[in-house]
Amino acid sequence: MNDRQWIINEPEAMRFRVNRATLVDPQVLELERRRIFDVCWIYVGHESEVPAPGDFRTRIVCDRPVIFCRDSRSRVRVFLNTCRHRGSIVCRETEGNAKSHICFYHGWSYNRDGELDGVPGEDAYPPSFRKSDFGLKEPAKVASYRGFVFLNFDAGAMPLEDYLAGTKEYIDIVIDQSPSGQMEVIRGTQDYDIRANWKLLAENSFDDYHLISVHASWLSYLRSSGVEMKRPEKGHLLPGHGVCKALGNGHGCTDNVNFRGRPVACWIPIYGEAAKPEIERIRAELVARLGEHRAARVADTNRNLFIFPNLFLNDGSSVTIRTFYPLAPDRMRVLAWALGPKEESAVARSVRLDSFLTFYGPGGFATPDDIEVLETVQAGLSTYREVPWMEVTRGIAKQGEQLNTDEMHLRAFWTRWNELMQPPMNAD
Amino acid sequence: MSEAHRVTRQQVEDFLYEEAALLDAWRLDDWLALMTADAVYRVPSNDRPDADPRDTLFIIADDINRIRARVARLKKTDAHAEDPRSRTRRLITNVRILERNGAALRVEANFSVHRFRRNDGIRVYVGHYRYDLRVEDGKLKIAKREAVIESMELGALGSVSFVL
Repeated sequence: MNDRQWIINEPEAMRFRVNRATLVDPQVLELERRRIFDVCWIYVGHESEVPAPGDFRTRIVCDRPVIFCRDSRSRVRVFLNTCRHRGSIVCRETEGNAKSHICFYHGWSYNRDGELDGVPGEDAYPPSFRKSDFGLKEPAKVASYRGFVFLNFDAGAMPLEDYLAGTKEYIDIVIDQSPSGQMEVIRGTQDYDIRANWKLLAENSFDDYHLISVHASWLSYLRSSGVEMKRPEKGHLLPGHGVCKALGNGHGCTDNVNFRGRPVACWIPIYGEAAKPEIERIRAELVARLGEHRAARVADTNRNLFIFPNLFLNDGSSVTIRTFYPLAPDRMRVLAWALGPKEESAVARSVRLDSFLTFYGPGGFATPDDIEVLETVQAGLSTYREVPWMEVTRGIAKQGEQLNTDEMHLRAFWTRWNELMQPPMNAD
Repeated sequence: MSEAHRVTRQQVEDFLYEEAALLDAWRLDDWLALMTADAVYRVPSNDRPDADPRDTLFIIADDINRIRARVARLKKTDAHAEDPRSRTRRLITNVRILERNGAALRVEANFSVHRFRRNDGIRVYVGHYRYDLRVEDGKLKIAKREAVIESMELGALGSVSFVL
């Protein structure tokens, strides 16, 4: 694989192809682990998941077990969940609140700040042994933007805000749903595997070209539930106008005029008559707080926002945080949560969660078909030696605006992926 | 004696076995006919098995309209995750009537649902059902049907694209 070209990117010839081996070859995944996941900012969790000092969640992020928590001074921290003594995972609970985390192998204990504060039989260690040298390790960098917490295993990484580049504008639009500017992760995790390469979900999560074919049954569900959809305009495949954008550093998004109903704040019959006044009240609050123009931006547009390499903030039928990690070249683990305004009423929260399930998640009316298509693609890719190339040229001949059903944002993803996958200048 | 008190465990078992047979045969319209007019069908998220879908994210939280829409969707060939349809075989055991109240019964049962697809490993969904059954016109109907999957995460089970 190393001697082969991973992408063909020839803008003048209007050619853009991706080598299918990138989605199959175990050596590519090994390189991705080092050259992508070890140097990019990787999502860990949302601050709202650990509201009080001592609150913790344990997760596996890029194959590393971590404790995502709030320390004694209420700062959000990320610790590598491995005992400094012999390596065991220290905290084995999924979530909770703890004064200390005790490794059950030899009983070393760590406080909320990750400091080693208890070593049974400490007098047997040499005089040079100092507990202060053996606190829980942290990733090289941890930073957050508007509640979203990321880590980076590369001490030389650029600051998170620089890394996020053009995505911040879109994160801000999502957060404007909340009157106080505070969104929270809602209880309940969707945690499932897809038997496909992780990059296929990166593409699929903001590829609107597949919507009419893969999600035809979801579109007919909306129609039969009384959601009015216009015929697509000339040159369009979908009922509403939408574009794709590249947002720097491999990030990108779709930016669409809404046609599907939004808990904030476009009522559709699926929400029920009883919820109508509440959706209208939310709309009025948005207008009063943000003005007509910004309120319309928040309430009447949908976005599937990709933060390279493995995070989506999809703001459509509801808001979902979706992150995923490769387990093998043909397998990934997906974690998904619902996000909503902290001060949301019980009625609005219920509409948000119900609307979420019309589309998203492993039991929704759309996501199972996405899972199916990615697994079907992966099965087809076993022919990669005979059929080596993916065609990624939709929209490449256009000047200016690229539609959401074009592929400029996918090309931006692959271009950044390819840059990072090149051997470092001072090859090790 | 209330209507529910006249219902025996054997009758409940027969009813659940019949339901399982309808689902395994993909006789979804006949399955739909077992529902009350206000029925709900739910699959909670694996990390919140005892939650309320109004404030917690579920995998599935259908009211009767959504159940009907789910059936309508699954009957189409463009419900791609189930085209071609999975074969399923359900084992229902440990059926217990926990409560009887008027015409209503609260029932729990264990399930092991084996799902087969072509060129794919067997996926086994293990868990328990929480039913609210109701006697309507002398017949048992389903008012609530909650399938709690026991595994800590969906993981290799992937999606719940069929009626569990």
